[in-house]
Amino acid sequence: MTGSRDLHGTLATRRGFLAAAAGGIALAGLGSAAPAAPAPLRTKARIVIVGAGAGGTGIANRLASRLDGASITIVDGRKEHWYQPGFTLIAAGLKPAGYAVSTTASWLPKSVNWIGDYAIKIDPVAQCVGTMGGINVPYDYLIVATGLTLNWAGVEGFELERVGKDGIGAVYAGPDYAEATWRAMDAFTDKGGTALFGRPATEMKCAGAPLKYAFLTDDYLRRKGTRDRSQIIYAAHNKTLFGVPIVNEKVKLLFRERGVDVRWDHELKCIDPGAKTATYEIPASQSIKNGVIVETPAVRQTIDYDFINVIPPMTAPRVVRQSGLSWEDKWVDQGWIEVDPSTLRHLRFPNVFGIGDINGVPKGKTAASVKWHIPVVEDHLVAALQDKEGTAVFNGYTSCPLITRIGRAMLIEFDYQDNLVPSFPGVIAPLEELWISWLMKETALKPTYNAMLRGKA
Amino acid sequence: MKELTLPMLIAVWEEMFGQSLFWALAVLAFLVTLAYVFVLLRDRSLSMRRFLLAQLSMPFGAIASVMFVQRITSSRLRDIGGPIDVLVLLAVGAVGAVGLAILVYTTQSLLRKQR
Repeated sequence: MTGSRDLHGTLATRRGFLAAAAGGIALAGLGSAAPAAPAPLRTKARIVIVGAGAGGTGIANRLASRLDGASITIVDGRKEHWYQPGFTLIAAGLKPAGYAVSTTASWLPKSVNWIGDYAIKIDPVAQCVGTMGGINVPYDYLIVATGLTLNWAGVEGFELERVGKDGIGAVYAGPDYAEATWRAMDAFTDKGGTALFGRPATEMKCAGAPLKYAFLTDDYLRRKGTRDRSQIIYAAHNKTLFGVPIVNEKVKLLFRERGVDVRWDHELKCIDPGAKTATYEIPASQSIKNGVIVETPAVRQTIDYDFINVIPPMTAPRVVRQSGLSWEDKWVDQGWIEVDPSTLRHLRFPNVFGIGDINGVPKGKTAASVKWHIPVVEDHLVAALQDKEGTAVFNGYTSCPLITRIGRAMLIEFDYQDNLVPSFPGVIAPLEELWISWLMKETALKPTYNAMLRGKA
Repeated sequence: MKELTLPMLIAVWEEMFGQSLFWALAVLAFLVTLAYVFVLLRDRSLSMRRFLLAQLSMPFGAIASVMFVQRITSSRLRDIGGPIDVLVLLAVGAVGAVGLAILVYTTQSLLRKQR
C-alpha cells in the first residue's frame, strides 16, 4: 500500500510524471520485459561441476541463486580465468594479454565450494569425481564443463616456446601466446612474404577464428603497403571454409576478392621451424576421368612460410575420454560426451549434463553457445530435482562475429540445421561486412560474457 | 541470442563500465536531464539566446562523440559498410549533439539569473 501511495504521489507532480514517462519509454523500447525470478528451490542435492571455465562458472552462479540448501562443488585447478573470445583481438595487437585474464575465484559465488585441483577421474556409475590431490567428491548430479584439450603434439616439430619467434604464431594457446603471435605477425607484415593459415580436421572451438586471423593479417599487410609482395595461403582441412553452406560461399567470395590462395583437403601434420616449412597431408581420394575411376593415394605436401598460425587437433580431455561418458560410435578419436543435442543431458547417465566445448553435438563450440547451454541445463536439472521433465531446448545456436578487417565484421549466427538465425533480423544483415558488428565484438561481447559468468545473462 | 531483457542489458552495461561508473553516469545523465526540465519549468520559456549557443555547440558534441567511439573501437569512417552503419553513426552523432546542447543550455540557465 505504501508503494502504491508513493507512486500516486509521484505521478501527481508534473516533474515526477515526466521522469516516470521517460522510464516507461525506455522500457517500452526494450521489447521483452524480464520474467519474475522463481523462488529458490529447497534441496539437499549434491551437484558437482567439473571445469570452472565459461560454462562451469556460469551454471554455478545460476544454480547458487536458484537452489537453497544444495551442495554445489566446482572442480578446477586453474587459478586464471581466460576470456577466450578476446584472443583474436590480442593477436591483432588491439588489446594487451591482460585483456583476457582474470581470476577463477573472482567469478565464483561464496556458497559454491571450489576445489582448486584438477579432476583425474570421473566415475558415472559410482557417481563420484576424483582429483589429482586424492579428493573424492560424490555427486547426485554432475555437470561436465571441462572444455577441450589442444593437442600440440599433433603437429610434429611445433614447440610452444617458439611462438612469437621465427614467424610462428599460435593464437589459441593462451593470452601470452596470442600476444607473442601478434609480435610475429607484426614483424611479418612489416616485410611481407608467405603467410599460412588453416584449421585442424577435428572438431574445434570457434571455427571462425582461423578465418578471422587470415583476414586480419591481410588487413595489416594492406595498411603497411606490403600486400603486393605477399601471399596468403589458407589450407582448408576439407573442401569448405566454413561449415554453414551460405557462409562458406560468402567467405570464398571474400577470399577471392582479397586474393587469398585457398588449398583444399590440407591437414597440417608437421612444421620445420628451422627451414620454415609446413607439411600437410592430403587424404586419398577417388575421381572419375573419362568414365574410369581414378584412385589418388594420400600424399604429403610441403609449403614454405614466413609466418604461420598453428592450430592443433582438439579432443576431449583425458579425464573425460576415460570416464565412459564419450560417444562410442561418433567422434571416437576425439571423445566428446554423448548428450542429447536438444537437452544436453547424457543419453546413458541421466544425472549427467554437459555444457560447452565438451558436448558431442554437431555445432556450438563457442561462448555464444555456452550462453544458451546454461539456461537449458539449469532448466532440466532443476526440473529433475522436482521429479519433473524440463522443457528448455537448445537448437544448436552459435554465433561468430567474423572479423573481415579491423573495423568490420559479419555477425553470423546459425543453428543445427545451418539456418541463419540473426538476433536483429532486418537490422543487422548477417552476411554483410558491417561496422556495427565490429562495434559489438569490440565493446559489447566481453561485458555480455562477464554478465553470463555471473549468471545474469 | 536467446532473449534480451532489461536486467540483462543493465548487467551488460555494469560490466562494460564497471558497476560504480555505470550508475554514476546514469545518475549524472538523469540529473542533467532533471536540471534541464527544472530550468524550463522555472523560466516558463526557452531563452533563444541560450538556445542559440546550445545549437552552436551541437556540431562539436556530434564530432566529439563520433571520434570517441571510433577511438575506443579502433575504427575509421571508411569502415561504414551498410545503411545500418550510417544510422549508427548518425545516432552516435545525434546523442553527442543533443547531450552537449542540453548541457550547455542547462549550465547557462543555472549560472545566470532567472529572467
